[in-house]
Amino acid sequence: MGSYITFPELLIWLPLLAGISCFFIKKQDAAKTMSILASLVVLGVSVASLFFTDEAKYASYNNVNYYWLKHIGSSFYLGLDETGRLLTFLTALSFPLIFITTQKNTYKNPGAFYGLMLLTMAGLMGVFIALDALVFYFFWELALIPVYFLCSKWGGEKRIQTTFKFFVYTFGGSLLMLVGIMYVYMHTPQRLFSDGSVSEHSFALQSFMSAILLPAQQQWLFWLFFIAFAIKMPVFPFHTWQPGTYDQAPTSVTMVLSGVMVKMGLFGVIRWLIPIFPSATESFANIVIILCIIGIIYASCIAMVQDNLKTLVAYSSIAHIGLMCASLFALNELSVQGAMIQLFSHGINIIGMWIVIDMIERQTGVKEISQLRGIAQKAPALTIFLVIIALANIALPLTNAFVGEFLMFSGLFKENAWYAVAAGLSIILAAVYTLRMIQKVFYGEPNAVTANVQDISFIEKASLGVIVIFIFLLGVMPQHIIEFTREAVATLIAFKK
Amino acid sequence: MSNILEFVWLIPVLPLIGFLINGLGRNNLSRGLAGMLGSGVVLASFIISILVFIQVKNGVSFDKSYFDFINISSLQLGFEFKVDALSSLFLLIITGVGFLIHVYSTAYMHDEPAKDFAKYFSYLNLFVFSMLLLVMGGNFVIMFIGWEGVGLCSYLLIGYWYKKEENTDAANKAFIMNRIGDLGFLLAVFWIIAKLGSVNYDVVFSAASLAKFSATDITGITLLLFVGATGKSAQIPLYTWLPDAMAGPTPVSALIHAATMVTAGIYMIARSNALFSLSEVTMTVITIIGLATALVAASIAIRQNDIKKVLAYSTVSQLGFMFLALGTGNYVAAVFHVLTHAFFKALMFLGSGSVIHAMGGEQDIRNMGGLHKHMKITSITFLIGCLAISGIPGFSGFFSKDEILAGAYAAHGYGKIIYAVALFTALLTAFYMFRLYFMTFTGKFRGTHEQEHHLHESPSAMTLPLLLLAALSVVGGYVGIPEALGGNHVLAQFLSPVVKSATHHLEHSTEYILMALSTVLVVASIFFAWSKFKNYQAEGEATGLGRILQNKWYVDEIYAAAITKPLAALSALLHSVVEKRGIDGFVNGVGKAVNYGSRQLRLIQSGQVGAYVLLMVIGMLLLFFIQLFA
Repeated sequence: MGSYITFPELLIWLPLLAGISCFFIKKQDAAKTMSILASLVVLGVSVASLFFTDEAKYASYNNVNYYWLKHIGSSFYLGLDETGRLLTFLTALSFPLIFITTQKNTYKNPGAFYGLMLLTMAGLMGVFIALDALVFYFFWELALIPVYFLCSKWGGEKRIQTTFKFFVYTFGGSLLMLVGIMYVYMHTPQRLFSDGSVSEHSFALQSFMSAILLPAQQQWLFWLFFIAFAIKMPVFPFHTWQPGTYDQAPTSVTMVLSGVMVKMGLFGVIRWLIPIFPSATESFANIVIILCIIGIIYASCIAMVQDNLKTLVAYSSIAHIGLMCASLFALNELSVQGAMIQLFSHGINIIGMWIVIDMIERQTGVKEISQLRGIAQKAPALTIFLVIIALANIALPLTNAFVGEFLMFSGLFKENAWYAVAAGLSIILAAVYTLRMIQKVFYGEPNAVTANVQDISFIEKASLGVIVIFIFLLGVMPQHIIEFTREAVATLIAFKK
Repeated sequence: MSNILEFVWLIPVLPLIGFLINGLGRNNLSRGLAGMLGSGVVLASFIISILVFIQVKNGVSFDKSYFDFINISSLQLGFEFKVDALSSLFLLIITGVGFLIHVYSTAYMHDEPAKDFAKYFSYLNLFVFSMLLLVMGGNFVIMFIGWEGVGLCSYLLIGYWYKKEENTDAANKAFIMNRIGDLGFLLAVFWIIAKLGSVNYDVVFSAASLAKFSATDITGITLLLFVGATGKSAQIPLYTWLPDAMAGPTPVSALIHAATMVTAGIYMIARSNALFSLSEVTMTVITIIGLATALVAASIAIRQNDIKKVLAYSTVSQLGFMFLALGTGNYVAAVFHVLTHAFFKALMFLGSGSVIHAMGGEQDIRNMGGLHKHMKITSITFLIGCLAISGIPGFSGFFSKDEILAGAYAAHGYGKIIYAVALFTALLTAFYMFRLYFMTFTGKFRGTHEQEHHLHESPSAMTLPLLLLAALSVVGGYVGIPEALGGNHVLAQFLSPVVKSATHHLEHSTEYILMALSTVLVVASIFFAWSKFKNYQAEGEATGLGRILQNKWYVDEIYAAAITKPLAALSALLHSVVEKRGIDGFVNGVGKAVNYGSRQLRLIQSGQVGAYVLLMVIGMLLLFFIQLFA
């Protein structure tokens, strides 16, 4: 407290200020440079934060607590723990990659575009750091509202109806969560601030965890929060906003949505849902897991019949996220550890996927699998990167996703063998749709559409190279990230009685 | 010398380095350099493997964990290797036969553009690396890394000529069928983890751990592992990818069929023999599936006209024999047959490559004939391969196949029936192999004049591996001479610390009779093939059973109708009905309802004071009534 240069603050204020100042920039290049630089600085801060993890030694670097609305028991309370660090790092890594690889795209009104992107970044950071429910809700909305504008202003042809759907879902979810937050708040114990003042209730996470709720109350509150998070992830059957939005949003926004923003829902489960409602979690865990597994198979099946590259990736992502959500609710060491690794891995892998798709769409103007052919011959380097990323996407051993999925499946198996059997079908289905996509788009002889595709430039190679390095680093030596998240896993599984 | 075992990590790492250099430098490396590098690293691994092989006899086992792969309290998993008699034998097969295939490839692939040439060798090296990882792994997860690795490499190499869709179709099919099996393997691993928290071989196969498993656990785990084996080692019902896998370059087929990949399932079960021996159910299933696969594949091979397809089905069939051996608890015989089969199958695939090379890409044996006089080395070495696979005494296949048949005969229960079916399959084997030989190498040439003009023996980089493999196909069996023939089965003794075979006791006289019987029948079968195909002439369309066999019992069609198409239809249905009309329709409906509701609500604001007053009065009355009855 009081130093003003703690990691949580830097991670939020830097993109926020950069974002606001971006609105005043008129020139395309200046706005791009500004956002790339700002995001790189944030990445630097985030990397630095990874070295100051010792809570006892560096508590003042990692925690912030300002009193702001004392009389209602809220404070500007932020803190970085392992889960938060992992996800803020993912956010900080994703944005520079996104800005750099999409810089060939031009936007109308670039200052506003990049400004909104940076605001989203600030919002995401806040979500992963907030330890006060009101602050959390504030950042939750700060992350979402810019995306709404980004989609409706800069989206594709069908952006109006897609954004409308996105809005209905998101707004509905947020509303449910707000009701839930208020209700829990009303049942929190008294809070005594260090300066002696007292508030009747409190928004602090700790107070939420000790809120006095009857089991029956916990049970319906659980669903209010869960649906809000489930929409965000999204989990079947709350997912239909996603394919359309991924398809219609500008690719850089899609990358943010799929790489980082879907983690908001999973993070909500880790930070808020399970800790506040442990007994409801236990009674509904099986329902949630079954819902997730239905979603995994359902989305994998639908992915097989997609002709649009973007909706294909969207459905495959629904399957992957479903597995993560199921694993969190299985709540054993194996499954949660797997989900932790996958939180990060899924983020960078899917961004890699979008980078490749964006390059193809930018050069050909086409995203239909049936119209593309033979890109391997025209762009061999791009193809190699795509194949590596796609193989990571289907969790081939020695890639990052294998470690995560392996642990998640074995955790699910431990919970109930049939869960692993059913969810395991997605291992096969994922291979089917991924290989079909590679075959149709990249193999064969080039056609008129792909005849002039150029291979990737140095800067794109470097960006994809970063992703590939992470894929193999975490795939071959996952023990580092396991140790990094060990405590977070232990904390979460302790909620299972 | 004593610590050569400390360097076993070099065995897989060298091909990995070869893969990286050839892969990253593919645009800058010349053909010569790429080929030399690719073959050189495998040769180096082979040399180390020999040194290791010498060290591990007498039951020495080298176990080392290099670093923690996944280490949490419910699962301790090291990146560990285990090198003992069993794995070192496989190391020799993989690197030895693999090396010959690499050398052969330098000539066979010479017409490829330089950068594709380097890419090809990088894939080959990766293939060898994965397979080495598979057999050297000290636990099931490291094995699985190699297990899926070979699946990936086969995918890359089968689809190597990726411009033709049928090749990439075959590649996809191979990968997906393997993945179905892999799911079984994975579930078995999860099961072991849930029970033990470790997948290390020494831990899992220890008496203390085995005691922790219930009978259901053991049967479940072994059956699931076997599902994995049916994928990788091409058994019913997951065998259909292997015949299609010949879409890749011919040396790749040799690599897949002989040295690597398909032997993985045999290795895995031999490695886990302590587990498998405990489940009678699983052993019975393995026996039945192995026998059925051997028979079905052999029957299909009789009617195939593509030289590589015949060989492919013969591989499936021979793998069936190996599983039959495993199922009857005769693990050593299975490993023995892996060894001899590696020699003669690599020989024949490379020989077929030599033929295809000479014929300018032609693979249909109906258009061949009389090639013996044009390519004597290929023809004679191929003949040796045929004699070996048919089990003619003196050739390697005789010893290993005889051991499998004797083991089946001695098995309790339905041993005699199993023996009879297996013997019949062996006769079919001799018949289709010699049909292939006679149609290709004897009689009149049936191709075009242009082809005939170009017929030539292959260069020495191709014939030398053939000669070496031919020699091995003859002498390779002498490591396993049975007691009945005055030998002492060196191989069985070598493997005995790791692999405990069920010992079958047959009277020597019984064994002599069985050997004589199979030899006489096989020779008769060869004569029958000779009389039918020595002067093959084009024949009309097949009918009846022949037609069914020609179409491979229509298994591909059945799978398409029973699985692929329904799944696609279901997916399309989910997409158009459940997703679009169901869930999405509901959400859009809610959106529309809100819109509609707002529009209706707006009408109330009419601006007429009378209407407002009316509404106010109704409202007050309502409140009044609620108050009254509440």
